[in-house]
Amino acid sequence: MSETLVPAQPDTPVTAAAKEGAVVARTPTQLAWRRIKRDKVSLAAAVFILFVILVAIFAPVVCHIIGQSPTSQDRGDHGLTLDGVPVGPSRYHWLGTDEVGRDVLARLIYGSRISLIVGVLATAFELVIGIVVGLLAGYYSGKTDTLLSRFMDVVLSFPFILTALSIVAVTGPSLWVSIVVITFFGWSNIGRIVRGQVLSMREREFVEAARSLGAGDLRIMRKDLLPNLVGPLIVYSTLLIPVNIVSEATLSFLGLGVVPPTATWGNMLAGSADGLYRVAWWYLTFPAMALVLTTLAFNLLGDGLRDALDPRADRVLATK
Amino acid sequence: MLRFLVRRVAFGALVMLIVSLVVFILFYVASDPASSFCGRTCTPERKTQIKIVLGLNRSYPRQYLSFLNHLLHGDLGTSFVNRISVNSVIKSGLPATASLALGAAVLWLLMGIPIGITAATKPRSVRDRLATLFALVGVSLPSFVVGLMLLNLLFFQLTTHGHPWFPPSGYVGITDNPLQWARHLLLPWFTLAFITAAAYARLTRGSMLEVLGEDYIRTARAKGLRERTVIYKHGLRSALTPVITLLGIDIGTLLGGTVVTEQLFGLQGIGQSALNAVHNNDLPVVLGTVLVAAFFIVLANIVVDLLYAVLDARVRLS
Amino acid sequence: MSLSIEKSEAGADLPRPEGDVLVRLTGVVKHFPITSGVIRRKEVGRVHAVDGVDLEIRRGETLGLVGESGCGKSTLARLITGLQPVTKGSITFEGVELTKLGRRQMTPYRREIQMIFQDPYGSLNPRRRVGSIIGDPYDIHDVAAGDERKRLVQELMEVVGLNPEHYNRFPAEFSGGQRQRIGVARALALKPKLIVCDEPVSALDVSIQAQVINLLADLQKEFGLTYLFIAHDLSVVRHVSDRVAVMYLGKVGEQAEADELYGHPRHPYTGALLSAVPIPDPDRAASKRRVRLYGDVPSPINPPSGCRFHPRCPKAQDDCTTVDPLLIPAHGDPADHLTACHHPVEDGEDLALARPSISQPDPVAEAPDLPTADSLADRRTP
Repeated sequence: MSETLVPAQPDTPVTAAAKEGAVVARTPTQLAWRRIKRDKVSLAAAVFILFVILVAIFAPVVCHIIGQSPTSQDRGDHGLTLDGVPVGPSRYHWLGTDEVGRDVLARLIYGSRISLIVGVLATAFELVIGIVVGLLAGYYSGKTDTLLSRFMDVVLSFPFILTALSIVAVTGPSLWVSIVVITFFGWSNIGRIVRGQVLSMREREFVEAARSLGAGDLRIMRKDLLPNLVGPLIVYSTLLIPVNIVSEATLSFLGLGVVPPTATWGNMLAGSADGLYRVAWWYLTFPAMALVLTTLAFNLLGDGLRDALDPRADRVLATK
Repeated sequence: MLRFLVRRVAFGALVMLIVSLVVFILFYVASDPASSFCGRTCTPERKTQIKIVLGLNRSYPRQYLSFLNHLLHGDLGTSFVNRISVNSVIKSGLPATASLALGAAVLWLLMGIPIGITAATKPRSVRDRLATLFALVGVSLPSFVVGLMLLNLLFFQLTTHGHPWFPPSGYVGITDNPLQWARHLLLPWFTLAFITAAAYARLTRGSMLEVLGEDYIRTARAKGLRERTVIYKHGLRSALTPVITLLGIDIGTLLGGTVVTEQLFGLQGIGQSALNAVHNNDLPVVLGTVLVAAFFIVLANIVVDLLYAVLDARVRLS
Repeated sequence: MSLSIEKSEAGADLPRPEGDVLVRLTGVVKHFPITSGVIRRKEVGRVHAVDGVDLEIRRGETLGLVGESGCGKSTLARLITGLQPVTKGSITFEGVELTKLGRRQMTPYRREIQMIFQDPYGSLNPRRRVGSIIGDPYDIHDVAAGDERKRLVQELMEVVGLNPEHYNRFPAEFSGGQRQRIGVARALALKPKLIVCDEPVSALDVSIQAQVINLLADLQKEFGLTYLFIAHDLSVVRHVSDRVAVMYLGKVGEQAEADELYGHPRHPYTGALLSAVPIPDPDRAASKRRVRLYGDVPSPINPPSGCRFHPRCPKAQDDCTTVDPLLIPAHGDPADHLTACHHPVEDGEDLALARPSISQPDPVAEAPDLPTADSLADRRTP
């Protein structure tokens, strides 16, 4: 730049601002919303998820409408055949019955509650722990970071199902044990992601600017770092919910999750795996479909959200 | 390099120590091994006797030290249920688990990597979208759903239609009959491979895309090399580094027991033993399998770190 | 506390009280240790980012600080603003030693010393609204909240030439120049005494640079600010500065009144930098010869012995390789024109013709061998 340029542009501040203000820009959130609106697949996935959530919330109402209950056995002809074999889809039981003559549809509807409760709650707990540990590790670096990172490594060294098995062996299976076990194994992934993001953000000038203004560490974490983590965390949580739903179903499938007769998709599939899949295709197909469609919807939505929020971040899944 | 190895192994040992402490607390402090040994028909006298025999009347630190002492001598304890040593339980389960894990690994690599490369070489094409869909479906499918579907279609339907190609369950040793070994493992292999291949396809795609954006790839293209050479000789080599990392850790995890698949196909592996032990309240077997599984994970992590250092010169410097 | 109403007593038209020092740096050293090892960190070397700087910033002036990237000028800025602790030496602000203060005790001085950052994109949090960014200082120091804060922020926005109605916008909705105005507003909020400007315009388009510089100049007049203005561009610095200091590899090589320094550069490095400034007049430009410097800036991990500039200096002699020159007046210069050079440039000397004469012949060598007794004895004068 040449010095002659400096006086060359007379500049009253406000007119300059008006001139520069001609730039029309959109906030990241607006941009993301525009992208997601154009993404038909993600929208469909979101609608499906909404549907499942509504069904879960209003499960008693829905079951009342279809006139079925998830736990009562149909002792008539429509429940079990004379040989004690479940009856296939009929106008009495739209999706057939299970090994003791209960309505598969009603059980599916109630099962969605367990799946969503565990999926969402475990993810929420994982987020809280992961954010706190990741922020501390990334922000303070040095010894704190080494200690916390090693701690995360140790957690990841526990074999998931086997440790879950042993915890359940000691405590006995229940909904809360499932949530705690799943949370315990999931938070360190979020912790690692948060830590990585914070590490790269810590050296950005806006953090330095906040510090030069006299902002304390907590304030910087809360006001400057956390808002920038929202995007990746939304994406990652959306992808983590299906993982947790599958984990819950797996525990139930192995008889280590929510105990029967409570209906869960995993319990139903376990019943099917007990040989019933040979005679009652509906008892395998419908729970499997419910589980797969729900997890697929979350994964599709998460994938779309990632593209919308950060078109260049192909790494979130890869780090899983 | 040697110092790196020593440091890695030292940390691995520390992790194992922590794992052993946690399982000890879980099984000896938080639960009551004496009554689970005692079984359903238990009298207080018998329980006290058992406590003395098992050394459970000592203080917890002393119990832990003796537990650790046994571990260091490679003794994982004795089953409460059938009085077999846990070592032999694991030894008998290992062939099935290892056959399952390694065979599945070969399969999912054969499925995942080509799909990932295909997707990466033509991003945003139909091929890429199909590959992404495959990956998302694979990630969404729980292993037991895949296993149940394979059982239903390939075992049950085929068998009822007079084609008993696939057996539903069981394990045949590879030394007994290699052909039967493969035949019995084919469905389990596919079950594991299908859900895992998805992750590998995604990882390969992502890492390949990143590598193909590097300057040296542009240089290779500018030199006039054929696209095939660029992708397979220059690109794939570095793109596979993260894949190998993941492979190591996955195999390590699977060697510790693939509970669901083993259970589904009736393979007498480590995972199956652990599951049975949980249902029988057989704490030493559960504990032993957890420790062995953790050991495999820690070992795999060390191997992967070393491999990584060999493959990626940049790591070696630090 | 209202900004626009208060006017400063130390306006530009008043004569500056000579020697009224706001900030004084004495022997300031900043080394960054290079460590290796995971379990037990061992120091394997250190980056000599700032290596013994004495400097004073006088009340109401603009002190320009010039140097190539990596010379330590940004580190120096972060030492003065307390973003980095010093390794050694003292920094006083109005006579108060800052380097020994804890975080709590430092807080009042944070209000007095503010900073404008180089990157108008990186220095504003992309996820926060402009009003909240500019209002941050009020929030942190509990100056104002709620509507009061909003009013102050909008007043500030007007002062720096932003539309106050854009209070709720995100940084992404502004151009580079406007963003730098946001940065200026934030630095101005607490009405500090000193603003450290770390290359405030180098990331901007040339046409926008002028606007921001003029804004800074206006604000200085209005609020009686003191600037430490850091740049790698000599022409910008000349335009804004009362005095200029030239840094090379963590040390000050020369400092003087701006016109004195530009008219009579004594350090060969200053001469070389000046010769690199493009001249807008093509006739004069053609007649001018550039001073060619050899090689790159040496590594600050292992800085050269003696005068740090000697491996690249066209006038280097053998003594330059061993003896670190003192920062003193040269050739009968005025008392505050200080030069750290054994062989300062004479007025009218053509540096482009000068050639180094070091016994060890390779001029590109980054770290010369220690001189032999022979080379010390054989001293040729230019």
